[in-house]
This record gives sequence, C-alpha cells and structure tokens, in this order.
Amino acid sequence: MFRFIVRRLIVTVPMVLIVITLTWGLIRLAPGNFYSTDKKLPPAIEKNIRTKYGLDQPWYVQYGRMMSNIVRLDFGNSLKYENETVNDILKRTLPVSATLGILAYLLALVVGVFFGTLAALKPNSKLDYISMALAMLGISVPNFVLGPILVLVFSLSLYWLPPARWDGFPSWNLVLPVLTLSAIYMAYIARLTRAGMLEVLRSDYIRTARAKGLSERQVIVRHALRGGLLPVVSFTGPALAILISGTVVVERIFAMPGLGNYFINANLNRDEPLIIGIVAFVSIAVLIFNLLVDVAYGFIDPRIRY
Amino acid sequence: MSEERTPQVSTEEGHTQYERASSPASALTPRGTPQRPPVRARAGDEIHAFPETAVGEGDVRTAEAGSEFVRGTSLWRDAWRRLIKNKLAVFGMVVVVAIVVAVLIGPAIIKAKTGYTYDFIPPDSKLVQSFPPLTAPDGSFSWTHPMGTDSEGRDMLARVLLGGRISLMVGIISTIVSLIIGISWGATAGYLGGKTDDVMMRIVDVLYAIPYMMIVIVLLAFFGAQSPLKQIFLLFAALGAVSWLTMARIVRGQIISLKNQEFVLAARAGGVSTPKIIFRHLVPNALGPVIVYATLTIPTVMLSEAFLSFLGLGVQAPYASWGSLAQYGIQNVAIFPWQLIFPGVTMALTLFSLNFLGDGLRDALDPQMRKF
Repeated sequence: MFRFIVRRLIVTVPMVLIVITLTWGLIRLAPGNFYSTDKKLPPAIEKNIRTKYGLDQPWYVQYGRMMSNIVRLDFGNSLKYENETVNDILKRTLPVSATLGILAYLLALVVGVFFGTLAALKPNSKLDYISMALAMLGISVPNFVLGPILVLVFSLSLYWLPPARWDGFPSWNLVLPVLTLSAIYMAYIARLTRAGMLEVLRSDYIRTARAKGLSERQVIVRHALRGGLLPVVSFTGPALAILISGTVVVERIFAMPGLGNYFINANLNRDEPLIIGIVAFVSIAVLIFNLLVDVAYGFIDPRIRY
Repeated sequence: MSEERTPQVSTEEGHTQYERASSPASALTPRGTPQRPPVRARAGDEIHAFPETAVGEGDVRTAEAGSEFVRGTSLWRDAWRRLIKNKLAVFGMVVVVAIVVAVLIGPAIIKAKTGYTYDFIPPDSKLVQSFPPLTAPDGSFSWTHPMGTDSEGRDMLARVLLGGRISLMVGIISTIVSLIIGISWGATAGYLGGKTDDVMMRIVDVLYAIPYMMIVIVLLAFFGAQSPLKQIFLLFAALGAVSWLTMARIVRGQIISLKNQEFVLAARAGGVSTPKIIFRHLVPNALGPVIVYATLTIPTVMLSEAFLSFLGLGVQAPYASWGSLAQYGIQNVAIFPWQLIFPGVTMALTLFSLNFLGDGLRDALDPQMRKF
C-alpha cells in the first residue's frame, strides 16, 4: 500500500511538470505579448517592461525562474488584477468553485445511486425506462442550455429562486447552479450504478446472502451496493475533468466569482502568472484526488491488492 | 503484460471450424519466425497444441479466406437485425439522418423559398430586430421564419442549420483524428507487446489524469484569434488530440486477443511487414468495437466544441456552431428566449439521438460489451 502510494507520487510529480511546461510553452510560443495594445509602445518603455518581467532573459532562465516559483508555491502577481497575488486570487475563488463542485457531486451521488439501484432492481420496468431516458437526456443536454432554461423557468417566470450571483454558502442562490452542474453527473452515475448493480445482483455471493435468509434490504444495502458501486468510484477520476469544464460554464452563466471564471478571463487577458498558477494548482489537486480515489478503491474492493 | 503471456483460445464458431480444417501434416516453421509459446487450450477446445507447426501456407489462406467470408457477412447482417429490433436505436438513427439531411440541403431550400441565408441582414431597418417564431413583422402568423430571427433580423432556422453543419463537421473530423491516433497507438502497443506496450500504455494512463481541457483552452485562446478558419482547424486538431485515449485502450485489447491467431502467423510466414500486419490484417478485424466507440465519441466531441464555442474560444463569426449560437442567445435569454432555445434544443436532440444510436450499435455489434 505504502509502496503503491510512493510509486504513484513519483509518477505524479513529472506529470504536473509536463502540464505546466506545456502550458508555459504554449503561452511563450503564441504570437503577440500581454502588454501589446493598439498603439505601438515607444522602444524605451517596451524595453523597461521586458526587463521588469524578465522577458529579456534567455528562455531557460525564465523557465527556471517560473519553476522555482512554483516549487515554492509562490505564483507571483497577477498582471490584470493589480495589487493581488495569484495566491490571493486562488484563496478567494477556490471556496466558490469547491462549494459548487462538492454540492453538485453529493447531490448527483445521492440521486444517481438511488435511481440507478431502483432501475437495476426492476430491469425493463417503467421506472427503469423512465429513469434511463432521463439519464440519457442529462448526458445529452449541454449545461449551458440547461442552466438558462432553469433560470428562465424558476427565476424569470415563477420567481421562486434568485437567478445569479454568489451569496455565501447556505443560500438560495446555490440551488440553480448546483442543479445545472450536477445534471450530467447524476446521469452518468445512474447509468453506472444500474450497470454495476445488474452485474452484481446476478453473482453468487448475492445468491448466498439471499439463501442465508437476509432481508432484501440488507442484501442490497450491505452486500450488493458495495460491489455495484465500484464503477461509480472509478468514475470519480474522469468526473473531476467534467467538473472543471462544468464549473467554468456554470460560473459564467450564474456570474459566480469562481476559479473557472477567472481562468477564462486570464486566458482572454493573457494574464500569464494567473494562468500558470491556476493550471498548476488544478493539476496538483486533480492528481492528488486521483491518488485518493485509487487508494479508496483498494479499501472498497477486496480483490485489489497493491 | 499478462494477456501476452497466456494467449487466449478463441471459442468463436468461425475459428474452431477453421482450426479443424487445417491439417497438422505440414510441419513447416518459416525461417525467421520466432518460436512461440504453446497456446493453452481449455477443456473442450479442439485446437492444436502447437499451432505454429500446423500452419501450411496454402491451407491457411484458403481456410482463412473461406471462414472470413462467411463470418464477415453474418456478423454484419446479425448486427443489423439486432439494431433494427432496438426501437430507441432506430429512433436515433432516423433523427440523425434527418438532421444530417436538413443540415446539408436545408440552407439551399430556405434561400430558394425566402431569400434568407445565415448571414443575410435585411436591408429594411424595420426588419433588423428579433421576431418570435412563426411571426410576421406585423405580428400575424407567418411561415417565413419558423424559428424567428436573431437581433440582427437574420433567419434563425438558416443559422441553426449552418451551425449544425459546423458542429457535426467538428464532431466527425475530430473523431476521425482521434481514430487515427487511437488506432495507431493502441494497435502498435498491442501487437508489439512487452516493454513497448508497457511504456505506451503507461503514457496513456498518465494522459488520462491530466486536466486537458485547460490546456485546450490555453491553446485556443493564444493561437486561435488569428483567423476564423484557422480556429476551426485548431479545434479539429485539439479535440481529436485529446479524445483518443479510450480508443487506444479498446483497440489494444482487441489486438491482443487477435494477434495470436493463425492468420497473423500466416501473414508473418508470408513475409508481411509488421506495419502491414497491424493495419491490413489486425485492425480490420477489430473494427466492431471501434465503430461503436467512434459513434459515442462524436457526441462527446460535439459537446466539447459547444463548450469551447460557448466560452468564445471555439467557432468565431462569420461561422457559427450550436455552441456559439447558444452563447449569442444567452445574452438576451430573458427577452428573446428562442435565440437560445432553438440551437440548444436542436443540439440536445442530435446528441440524444447519437447516444441512443451508439448504445444500440454497441448492443448489436458486440453483445459481450453490452452493459445489460
């Protein structure tokens, strides 16, 4: 177990380096500059800018400086949000995105597992067909269509819920964004749960559990779910990727000051330190999270040994 | 890799027949062919313990050609029969075909009937505003704009159809790019096996965990803004380059299960080069799952394209895709909801149908892969 974690961490570090190097390389190879405006800058001013940001140094010096900053977890100052370091921005935006993401995933887990299990218990029933058709709909409707439609119905027609803006954690403002974000997970989790449960429910150990005289409830909750949810656990890794692109869209639709919104703006503004900072932070977070999922998988599935 | 050390015995009907047909008399091992470990047979399998000694060139060619023919037609015909029985898959297929036809010929028909094209802004300034669906400028019923007009007075239907052209094109071309990369990668790793396989598949594992959408966003934001056409090509490449990983895994699995069969040995005995064995002999036999997965990749890629276009990083004016139309529509969603709803719903319907078609194809072509 310990060896497995160490081995994974050894693989993880170069991966983060590759992602950061790739991003940095793309930014450096791109034509144009962050300081270029419509008017041409006088050469003296341009030279001053280049000296200030270290652009007059050879590329390996710049690369080394960036990397040493990242190793010290100091991403420097943002170019567009003046007087704020990238770390400040991360500290400010991360809670927003994390709240959205965690709530959406929890909601999806509860609803998806519940309906997936129900559908698997009575395959080819009406309930099965309806929930699987809804799941397919959830996969197919893009979140940027779902979100505005929810706003249109629940905020602008029925006046039940606020349409946008961040207002702290327990707040009605979170209902619509979380629903929008969790729709696609809900759908995937329901499908995965159904497939996994169907497979498990036919297996011998479930027959044994039934033969022991356990109640159906115990058979499902104590025995079947543990095996049936394995596909859902291994989905958590790819789910993070969807989460990142999902939060970007949801934060934009609902005007939330989250990480994704800032990332897009940083790209449009060519705010290099902020881009690198967010990419580095997110890749480290994703990789650590993936490692945790793999470790958890070993605990849940007794067949896996490291 | 464990799969490589213990070649599996195929129990499919076509192969057992052919194994019975080949005779053990001609014990020729072609020169230069490495000695291979014996194939481990399970109880009940009729198979030669040393297939390499059972291979005579003539035998294999005729036997393989014959069984291949019979198996080929029946596989596809069976799959078609199963697909037709699946109502949802047929529904998906009909809708996809209808949308493709509408997208291809629709704009021309609209131009002939009403004179509107996707970028035609009416010269009369009173018409430069957003009319609701099926409404004439004076508020009465009219068929001229079945989906209404956008804020510049352009016909929404024509724009949605043109957007569909680009969205579908991005979906299909990026999927082809991912097919090319995924098949080459997976087939090479699977066929060569050993260390090469380990390294190549470890790279795939590593790439899986990377938040690649962020890199795609950086790529498009920094390189895209030069010309709209270049942006579209960049989309093809970027989306294709990030969606080949699962394809590589599927192809590798297929190739590993195929590569120890006798027709590969026959090809090697005949002196066929390794790339040719991979692409002419192995890949065509692995097409079933590849087609299924490609059908399911198209909607995923289209969704990614729409996501990028929605953020303003994908398809740029004067071109439009469903994502960029939705981005345009969302700005006025409270006043002109049809500007968002029509492109959005058309896109959702297309993805819905493609997903159903893909699921149906999977059930039909590969019952073993079926998730009940």
